[in-house]
Amino acid sequence: MQELVTRAKELLADGTVARVLGWKCGDMAYNPEPAFFETAEELEGFVYDGFCGANLSKYMIEAGKQEGKTLVFLKPCDTYSFNQLLKEHRVDREKAYIIGVGCRGKLDIEKIKKMGIKGITDIRGAEADGSDTLSITTLYGDKTCAYSDAMLERCHVCKGKEHKVYDEVIGESADTKDAERFAEVEKIEAMSPEEKFAFFQKELSKCIRCNACRNVCPACSCRKCVFDSTKFDSAQKANVDSFEEKMFHIIRAFHVAGRCTDCGECSRVCPQGIPLHLFNRKFIKDIDELYGAFQAGEDAETKGPLTDFTFDDAEPSIVAERG
Amino acid sequence: MQRLGVFVCHCGSNIAATVDVKKVVEMALKEPGVVHAEDYPYMCSEAGQALIAEAICEKKLTGIVVCSCSPRMHEATFRKAAERAGINPYMVEIANIREHCSWIHKDIEVATEKAIILARAAIAKVNLNTPLKPGESLVTKRALVIGGGIAGIQTALDIAEAGYKVDIVEKTPSIGGRMSQLDKTFPTLDCSACILTPKMVEAAAHENITIYTYSEVEKVSGFVGDFTVDIRKKARYVDMEKCTGCGLCQEKCPSKKALSEFNRGLSTRSAIYTPFAQAIPNVPVIDAESCTKLKTGKCGLCEKICQAGAIDYTQKDEIISQKYGAIVVATGFDTIKLDRYDEFAYSQSKDVITSLELERIMNAAGPTKGHLERLSDGKHPKHIVFVQCVGSRCSDDRGKSYCSKICCMYTAKHAMLIRDKYPDVDVTVFYIDVRTPGKNFDEFYRRAVEEYGVNYIKGQVGKVAPQPDGQLLVQAVDMLDNRQIQVEADMVVLATAIEPDPSVRKIATMLTASIDTNNFLTEGHAKLRPVESPTAGIFLSGVCQGPKDIPETVAQAGAAAVKAIGLLAKDKLMTNPCTAKADELLCNGCSTCANVCPYGAITYEDKEINDHGVRETRRIAVVNSALCQGCGACTVTCPSGAMDLQGFSNRQIIAEVDAICR
Repeated sequence: MQELVTRAKELLADGTVARVLGWKCGDMAYNPEPAFFETAEELEGFVYDGFCGANLSKYMIEAGKQEGKTLVFLKPCDTYSFNQLLKEHRVDREKAYIIGVGCRGKLDIEKIKKMGIKGITDIRGAEADGSDTLSITTLYGDKTCAYSDAMLERCHVCKGKEHKVYDEVIGESADTKDAERFAEVEKIEAMSPEEKFAFFQKELSKCIRCNACRNVCPACSCRKCVFDSTKFDSAQKANVDSFEEKMFHIIRAFHVAGRCTDCGECSRVCPQGIPLHLFNRKFIKDIDELYGAFQAGEDAETKGPLTDFTFDDAEPSIVAERG
Repeated sequence: MQRLGVFVCHCGSNIAATVDVKKVVEMALKEPGVVHAEDYPYMCSEAGQALIAEAICEKKLTGIVVCSCSPRMHEATFRKAAERAGINPYMVEIANIREHCSWIHKDIEVATEKAIILARAAIAKVNLNTPLKPGESLVTKRALVIGGGIAGIQTALDIAEAGYKVDIVEKTPSIGGRMSQLDKTFPTLDCSACILTPKMVEAAAHENITIYTYSEVEKVSGFVGDFTVDIRKKARYVDMEKCTGCGLCQEKCPSKKALSEFNRGLSTRSAIYTPFAQAIPNVPVIDAESCTKLKTGKCGLCEKICQAGAIDYTQKDEIISQKYGAIVVATGFDTIKLDRYDEFAYSQSKDVITSLELERIMNAAGPTKGHLERLSDGKHPKHIVFVQCVGSRCSDDRGKSYCSKICCMYTAKHAMLIRDKYPDVDVTVFYIDVRTPGKNFDEFYRRAVEEYGVNYIKGQVGKVAPQPDGQLLVQAVDMLDNRQIQVEADMVVLATAIEPDPSVRKIATMLTASIDTNNFLTEGHAKLRPVESPTAGIFLSGVCQGPKDIPETVAQAGAAAVKAIGLLAKDKLMTNPCTAKADELLCNGCSTCANVCPYGAITYEDKEINDHGVRETRRIAVVNSALCQGCGACTVTCPSGAMDLQGFSNRQIIAEVDAICR
């Protein structure tokens, strides 16, 4: 982490960048938050550890409007989002100085809590170069847990440790993939329509429409979301429905289909623990099956399968046959 | 608030017999904005239109809904009527209560309820309509004909004769198409080449016609009256200016193993070749896949012997970009592949052939110089069996559901010609039905039976089994006798179904012209616009639209030409005002709409935007309304809903859906 701070200070000092976008300590050991730093002094509060799951790409939309370059720290998976935003002309590559940071998987505090570890006051071992075991201080005594057991779901199906866009890379990344990306989706696919409906109704009924998923999503970067716009009646429509959340989340899934990089931020930030990424991943799976494997954000040029046409494209009849 | 009028048409009994029109009027009056509603037996009549005009003036209507037939029939009529009465023609909506309702329902109660719902949706939409004004676009006075068969040649000749420039694009090295492969033509038995080649020569010599052979349409952009087409002129490796057509190169070419496309693979040809003797242009092409020089760099014999110095191994494909006002599709047909019909042993025995192959065998320029002989051993056959409907009128998914239309007649022709020339050959035809609608067609078929003694058996062939001695055992059913029969044959000829040339899919996509499930191009209206595609400026000539014989093809080719001429004769066209428009405040500038736009109508500009006091430069989508065809692809792909289609706004569509679901 110190290496990142040192390099950031250098780049600020020599005028390469006007500000730094990274993470700073939160009110607890496990909730660092995205932050801009403009001076060396401010950078003293910089933090980069296992809890820095936040994907900073989307902040670059606004940062790009400021004078001068912004130094941004991106984990391998975050670079997919940045590429996708580049493709959609939402961020300016010229206004970004990208340092790819090493990642050995990010942590999910909810997983730790689910292990029965409550009253957490401090966690050690989460540093980028920390140990395989987390040492947790709680009101009820010291506890430990394996780093990998506390990892976010998305890290178990990691897209890879390679940064897709960067100016320089600092730190090592680790292979954390140990699960099948579409296993969960396949389970849902195997359900009967009634079971599926019940599953999603149960999950989505927890939604409190806080909009955290939308606000964090790098694909949800519209200047004005259709759900906030008076031009459409979609916002009101969602509210009068007895099962209102289905409108919002399903429409959102459609809007990001073909553009979602599967960064998993929606599920990470959901205060109700709804596995929102499953919607997006179902679309990704379908797109892969219909049009061939495609990873949004792999590069900043390729047209997405839903916005491109080739003569080999699946025919609607084939789509219909699949159900 | 709009003041709306609703006019419910009886369409004689077409609507009124199944829909309670009075009830529709009564319910319409309860809808928001509706201040007037009435019904009338024929709304499209002069009197009906006068009724509408009167109501518009007297009740000061701002918009109207006509509940009647499909908008494809009378939308234009009612728009004009509304315009004459003083309101914008785009303040008219049609509720289709005929095709979508009365014609498909039997129960009055059900049909009436649906008619009310359809009216309700149209009323909800027109409440949100805004006046629109069409623009104007210029017409390029030049036509493109895709395909140089008899259909394309005839269309081009007719357009050229009317005084307009016309280009033919033909993918093979010569114009002529399928007709040039035929030996004789029914029902007059005149020689196909004898009647075709004068047309080919005439087209080639016409001052208004430019022929691009060995060329394919690569890209189409623009719209009716103003298409821009890229034509790929494939490398011929022969300079068309210098070549004298002496044919020496073909004679001397040492690589003679390529299968002749013209002879359906029944003979070979040299690597440098003209497909047939009367080819136009009479300039050979080098088939790069067979040419030793182009493959290995060795040989070069043709270059050495060509006295005109016309051979050029360095030639590259050339892209020609040209503007056209109208495009005629004349891509023709091919016979289907028989790999799903193993029972006929087509791939096992050389003596099982398709009818088109028989045409080549019967032709003096064909692989057997016109002698009827078995391809396996060159022996003269004694008994030939013809199998009708191979892949046509098929009830499973192996073949085509439609009738290929030409097979009954050409089989009668083949049978008759064989019996005439070789009276010692017995001919048996197995058929489902014999279809002979056409001038002198039935007489022709009867002559085959009565005068030439062709043995017609009603029944289908189940299996053709090649025997060890090379004979073919044909197992069939005689339906009139109701018995299984087995006959021995020396040759079996399969009346193979025809299908649109496979290239049509790509071309239809480029032209955004719709095709049906069999890949035939769809007409604007099955009866009333049979030679026009629903896509404006695209016309259909020949078998690309549906199976037909030569006279029908020629007639349709002329009709397509007239439609194209009618378009080219105009200087200006009114453009459809229902085009897309971006809301600058909502646009993200993400380019998704530009990616999906099939017309290249969307570009981006950096614009100074004042978003509720926030001034900034934003990348904003800009629609070229001349290029936009109003397809709506952009509006559904735009994540922020910034793109909207005028006349079909997201809000209007949702209002319709809401009105239906209410």
